[in-house]
Amino acid sequence: MIEAGASAPDFSLSNQDGDTVALQDLEGQYSVLVFFPAAFSPVCTDQLSVYEEVLPDLRARDAALYGISVDGAFALKAFQASVGTTIPLLSDFHPKGGMAKAYDVWVPERGVATRALVLIGPDLTVLWTHRPSSPLEIPGANLIFDALDAVAA
Amino acid sequence: MTPSPPDAGDLSSSPLPPVGEDDHVRGDGPLVIEYADLECPYCAKANLLLAELPVRRVFRHFPIVSKHPRARILAHALEAAGMQGAFWAMHGSLLGDQGHLDDPHLWQRCEQLGIDVARFDADRRSDGVAERVERDFRSGVRAGVMTTPTLFVDGVAHPGVPDAGLIARLNR
Repeated sequence: MIEAGASAPDFSLSNQDGDTVALQDLEGQYSVLVFFPAAFSPVCTDQLSVYEEVLPDLRARDAALYGISVDGAFALKAFQASVGTTIPLLSDFHPKGGMAKAYDVWVPERGVATRALVLIGPDLTVLWTHRPSSPLEIPGANLIFDALDAVAA
Repeated sequence: MTPSPPDAGDLSSSPLPPVGEDDHVRGDGPLVIEYADLECPYCAKANLLLAELPVRRVFRHFPIVSKHPRARILAHALEAAGMQGAFWAMHGSLLGDQGHLDDPHLWQRCEQLGIDVARFDADRRSDGVAERVERDFRSGVRAGVMTTPTLFVDGVAHPGVPDAGLIARLNR
């Protein structure tokens, strides 16, 4: 997976509403990319639900979250409503997994991204990454705050 | 409902707080610290399993409002019931019937449990109750809780409904 210190690879994806979100849009803020394997799997439902609860704290730290999966934008729209989250969800659908491959979180034998977090700084440099030992393991929201503390120190 | 106040402190990793004086504790036996959401069906199932076990049980709030819109309202209601000495009675009542969680149902439960409804309504909307619930939630986030229920046994987190192995271990 991509390592801290690297320039964040460029991307341009559709969000759940069909609007384009590109790397340049992340300039000037801390951004947490939340790669997850698939919409509607119970595990990522919990992950995004808990992240949603701490969004006010993340905003206070000038940090924004983006969920990314290989699902189509319409599926992500339905998933967003189902989870009740306001976190924007980016569709890495075509070419499938293009962004996941660029960030080296692609699982070729399953055709999805693995579960992973990538923190990108205001200057679009990768500051921190986290990949759980198993996709069933959900990275705690506390880890994101640990990373923000570390880069602010 | 109540957004986390950004000035309420960091959410970085921090060990699970030990059992404190204002924790809700019941029973004797091995210590089980539980983070739960009162609208979560898995928490209701875990409650049935834990009720049968000889454990010292600590309940902490972990409302996930995006998933369960009434979760924080119910957490506040449970705290308010606790202020009238009916914490575990209301806890059992709410988790025992998650199909009736609107305000009129809460008032009806109060009447059945001998809780003063006017006082309950004032208490559940108080800042003190909101802060109490938020403190639990934030301590859970800092300890890495990401799903409900999550049980801590011997300091180790067990996310989800306790499995047969954990139940057997606690049932000694």
